[in-house]
Amino acid sequence: MSWFLAQPLTWLVATLLVYRGGCAVRDRTGHPAAQPVLVAVVVLGAVLVLLPGDVASRLAPFVEGTQGLVFLLGPATVALAVPLHRQLHRLRGYLLGLVVSLVVGVLVSVGSSVALVRLLGGDETLMRTVAPKATTAPVAIALSGTIQGIPALTAAIGISAGILGAVAAPTVLTWLRVRDHRARGLATGAVSHGIGTSRMLLEHPTEGAFSGLSMGLTALATSALLPVLVPLLVRLLV
Amino acid sequence: MPLVTGLLWLLGCQLVGEVVVHALHAPIPGPVVGMVVLLVVLTVRGRRARPSARAGRDEWSVHVAADVLLPHLQLLFVPAGVGLIGYGTVLRSDGLAIVVALVGSWLLALAAVGWTAQLLARRSAAAERGVDGSGA
Repeated sequence: MSWFLAQPLTWLVATLLVYRGGCAVRDRTGHPAAQPVLVAVVVLGAVLVLLPGDVASRLAPFVEGTQGLVFLLGPATVALAVPLHRQLHRLRGYLLGLVVSLVVGVLVSVGSSVALVRLLGGDETLMRTVAPKATTAPVAIALSGTIQGIPALTAAIGISAGILGAVAAPTVLTWLRVRDHRARGLATGAVSHGIGTSRMLLEHPTEGAFSGLSMGLTALATSALLPVLVPLLVRLLV
Repeated sequence: MPLVTGLLWLLGCQLVGEVVVHALHAPIPGPVVGMVVLLVVLTVRGRRARPSARAGRDEWSVHVAADVLLPHLQLLFVPAGVGLIGYGTVLRSDGLAIVVALVGSWLLALAAVGWTAQLLARRSAAAERGVDGSGA
């Protein structure tokens, strides 16, 4: 049994199996919380937590087995240009609106996360750690290091924000009466990066395309603004 | 074969992106630059294509590869999500502050972008109507 659980292939098969099951649950129930990514993370996470031994050694074969999937994130991100190109006509006359919205998004996202951490008694390191959480993981990790946060924790918080978006963004946007497909896509990509985009691609072609675009531009805008914004916020709040 | 050619395009654009990021020390990931590169390629190619080909829905190799990968983008994020169990101890110490900041700021920024973008979309639509009067 321990040999079986130490095989990377076991975990790749398990991941595909649970993801496939998650897709079936989503298609059967149609419940917004039944997102394959959430189902797979909860089920596989629970199995790995319940197995004996320390977390690192239990995770090792899983990480090795799923390396191929992680590698595919690169070409899949590039592929986001395809839905965007199909929707490019919707960008006409809207470029300024798009840039303004995303800059507002970066300011609100960074400002509110830092302020909320401060309000709840978090220290300066934690304030710096949450600041880049809305960006896609590789950017969040790099930025967190630049502004003296804890990169691994930033990645964990960012991934949680992404999963939250995949599960809840369309429903919450409907509550907020945001009906414009472009606005819905932009908002989701700005707070839940690629993971939110993965949900929007299945919701509506325009929402998926604009979410992918928003993810890219939010990464760019956050990289530019964060080194100025965070020291300013820290000085104001600490 | 279209799938292989399509993947070659995607990985090729990613490689160009990685080279650009490395050369410029840009603080963004190579694949995001690769996305821009592919968008330029698609636009240039779309302009060159004969109208008949343009009308006949895009069935270039890169579209085939994108349509295989993107519907299952969620699968590719499962490893990162499962990796969260390794952070259990870090999250426990400041758990409440982190969860409230995460959910609160996610909600505030989602609303801020959604409302701003929708308001400005209506403005631009109204401006267009004002110019050509067609309401399109």
